[in-house]
Amino acid sequence: MAASTSSTNVLEVRDLVAGYGEVEVLHGVSLRVAAGEIVAVIGPNGAGKSTLMKAIVGLLRPRAGQVLFLGEEISGLPPEQLVARGLCYVPQADNVFPSLTVQENLEMGAYLLGRRGRERLALAFALFPELAQRRRERAGRLSGGQRQMLALARALVLQPRLLLLDEPSAGLAPRLVELLFAKVKEINAAGTAVLMVEQNARQALKLAHRGYVLAMGQNRLEGPAQELLDSPEVARCYLGE
Amino acid sequence: MTALARARTFAQGGWQELRYRADALTATLLWALVLSLLVASALSSADHFAVGLVVGSIYALAALGLTLIYGVLRFANFAHGDLMMLGAYLAYFALTGAVVGTRQDVHLPRALEGLPAASQRLGDLTFGYGLLLATLVSCLALALLCIGLDRLVYRPLRRRRAGVVIFAVASLGLAIGLRSLMLLLWGPNPRLFVEGVFPARHFPFGVLLKSDQVFTFALAVGLAALVYLLLFRTRLGKAMRAMADNADLARVSGIDTERVIVWTWLLGGSLMAVAGVLLALQAQLNPQLGFVVLLPVFAGAILGGIGNPLGALLGSLVVAVAQEASVGWQLWGHQLDPTYKPGVAFIILIAILLLRPRGLLGART
Amino acid sequence: MIGRGRWPTLAAFLAVTAAVVIMPAERSGWAWGGVLSFLTAFAITVAIYSLFTLGLNVQWGYAGVFNFGVVAFFMLGAYAAAAFTKEPAAGGFDTYVGGLGPKLSPPFLQSEEWLPFLVGALAAAVMCGLLAYLLSFPALRLREDYLAIATIGIAELMRNVVVAERGLVNSERGLKGIPRPFYSFFSPDDYQYFYLLLALALLALVFWATERALRSPWGRVLRALREDEVATAASGKDVTAFRRQAFVVGAMVMGLGGAAYAYERGAVSPDTFTHFAGTFIFWAMLIVGGSGNNRGALLGAYVVWGLWIVSLQLLGYPLPEALRVRIFYLRDLVLGALLVAVLLLRPQGLLPEERRVSLWVERLLRRPAPEAAGTRPAAGRAPTSGPPPR
Repeated sequence: MAASTSSTNVLEVRDLVAGYGEVEVLHGVSLRVAAGEIVAVIGPNGAGKSTLMKAIVGLLRPRAGQVLFLGEEISGLPPEQLVARGLCYVPQADNVFPSLTVQENLEMGAYLLGRRGRERLALAFALFPELAQRRRERAGRLSGGQRQMLALARALVLQPRLLLLDEPSAGLAPRLVELLFAKVKEINAAGTAVLMVEQNARQALKLAHRGYVLAMGQNRLEGPAQELLDSPEVARCYLGE
Repeated sequence: MTALARARTFAQGGWQELRYRADALTATLLWALVLSLLVASALSSADHFAVGLVVGSIYALAALGLTLIYGVLRFANFAHGDLMMLGAYLAYFALTGAVVGTRQDVHLPRALEGLPAASQRLGDLTFGYGLLLATLVSCLALALLCIGLDRLVYRPLRRRRAGVVIFAVASLGLAIGLRSLMLLLWGPNPRLFVEGVFPARHFPFGVLLKSDQVFTFALAVGLAALVYLLLFRTRLGKAMRAMADNADLARVSGIDTERVIVWTWLLGGSLMAVAGVLLALQAQLNPQLGFVVLLPVFAGAILGGIGNPLGALLGSLVVAVAQEASVGWQLWGHQLDPTYKPGVAFIILIAILLLRPRGLLGART
Repeated sequence: MIGRGRWPTLAAFLAVTAAVVIMPAERSGWAWGGVLSFLTAFAITVAIYSLFTLGLNVQWGYAGVFNFGVVAFFMLGAYAAAAFTKEPAAGGFDTYVGGLGPKLSPPFLQSEEWLPFLVGALAAAVMCGLLAYLLSFPALRLREDYLAIATIGIAELMRNVVVAERGLVNSERGLKGIPRPFYSFFSPDDYQYFYLLLALALLALVFWATERALRSPWGRVLRALREDEVATAASGKDVTAFRRQAFVVGAMVMGLGGAAYAYERGAVSPDTFTHFAGTFIFWAMLIVGGSGNNRGALLGAYVVWGLWIVSLQLLGYPLPEALRVRIFYLRDLVLGALLVAVLLLRPQGLLPEERRVSLWVERLLRRPAPEAAGTRPAAGRAPTSGPPPR
């Protein structure tokens, strides 16, 4: 792994503070994702993991702190602009357009490219052949696992530099989780960095290169994924099923 | 999977199945009701049925605009009826250049009806190409006005993530403002695009329709088809549908939602303007008329399934036919008073909201 | 934002008061007797309309029930009060039900001066409460914007019924000659001062009652509900029951307002009960004054009605004909624009609500923020519940 200086960091989050209304959820969170890495963020419910995602991707305006993508400040920019720069996000729930077909969903992923976007769909279909079979089906009729795949495919159409995944395994049977994570590994091998927030801490750490533990809106632990997996503290607090 | 997990999935599936069946049942009942209503009124009084279709097509255009705006912008635009009427008045102004003065109208030095043969009747229709041009002008003007209002009022509210209620109240305030504007500029007395009495044509089954009405129906259906093509075959249309499904997801997919919103107002505004002109042709130009048609248009859009363009068309036709046919109905031995015509739309609305809020073709929420 | 300070409130209040006092005084050549009479009429109307804004505040400000059919309760209350106090229909062109006036006047304690009116007002309140109760079952299941259109429809349907059913309340002709309480005790000129006292007394009573209700345990649940419906439901409270109760109570207050209106005017007809004059204006008053807030409801009625009177007063001045004919339309335009401006620039209204939420709700709110995407906008219900989530 290359040394993690800011020049090779795809994403850097510094002392991020964010919340909803009167409630502050993140009290100064920091992390970084280097090129080619898979980074997992784990922690208990209510730790602020989803809030962190939303703040990075622009669905929530941070109150303090910085978010740097490819060395440039992006805090407070709207999500549409981030997609253009190569940052794509897969929300936890409601992550496909139910009344659009599979094909149309992917076309939305390629929206920025205008009419040329249609060529990119071929890549997505190559990566997810099950979706190619169902291209004319409405996304709302897909099973949970197929929907997750579609959500992931939609975010990949533009071949982003960084992929943000919010609890991708939520609601999936273990076999499907394995399949999904295998896909994520494939995607990462092809050059996309991944930042993943996960409830399923064990699986996530097995997949990731590095991990962060978040609790009560603050950093608790960080380190190489294997270290976290081996750590008794982490096992006690966060790896219990 | 363990036996327990398997059993649980099966039970969940069973419950889903039951809900699906119950849902399908209400859907079937509703369709049956709607179709029998249409057939019954067509058979009992073809004339009323035909008028219902014409009025329904006007409502349909309005409902299309409403449903688009509701889908993409996520709020019930209570100013819709008054915007329609304003569209009609803007066309009137483009055509005649007249605004109300103290004792007489005040006229602009030039107006579209001054163009050569602009008022010459096109075939059997009551109007000439002047009105068509005026309608185009009105579409543009109203669309721009809508975009302006969006920038001024709705976008700040969107930024603030204001609740549904605030949008509704704001649109109501705008509705009042627009109505007052129309009263200020053109006065309370009803106006017509073309003065005079024009004979209706005879059609089979005792149907009497003016050529204007046939034109209205054809135009409305044609425009609806165009809108449908736009929504399902163009990139922009798909983006609109995507936003209607999930605006946040649209943004993280890279769709410039504010741009799509502008296009939505352009399209919706144009539909409103055309619907307004057709309404004024069918009835009259009257500032109070906007509020009167608000209920039937909403009823039509909701009956069809809000957010669904085909539904808007179908629902509006049903509401209008029901309204026209209601005059012939008997309730407890008494003929139903024509005053109740608007009430019919309301009853349909309430029934749908209670029994099946997503209407005939609406998406499952 | 036009600040969070108190100066706009004070400025608005002073401006309206000044206009309402000075304009008629100056026009009548400083004849204070006439001005006093004029101001009394103004105050009576403000008092009666305040009843409606208070009722609306209970429904909307307390419980988030989005009632866009206020005029239905207004109408029902006024017609009910008339039916209980008028003489029976004379037949011929005047046909209506009720006319219980003489029946409610047993010959002692001069009861014809007060008993029918009391009964009429109570009947108005009860009937409105009943209507609200019946409506609440379907209505409270609807989402806010659907509820709005449904309530608009209910009000229009009611108007339809009034106009179409000849024998009900005399359709378009309306009811005239509604008697007034204690009318024979005063000279016609002095009566309005008495009625003002009566109206103010009624208003004070209703205001006191609603304030007490707000600070009661019942009121606290309603406020918690408004802040966060999910949490309140999770703590075991039957959300719908509370909202139903608020809906009914608010409707009853509106019924009282309708009765007070009928007795004061002496005549009602369907034209009185348009959507604009019977629903929109009260919403404008409430939002301008400060929704969720009883004092704001009063202030809003005062300021908006003041604006109304000012526009009427302007007619007395030498204005160009073009403007004179259009004064009322300008007034409506200004009102619509004012409402939108308030929503944009100062959504909490003139009198912002005090943030008096109980400890219990605070504790509920300190739980972690919801992590699921696409939560419904519970916080968007009331415009005054603190800074909105960004």
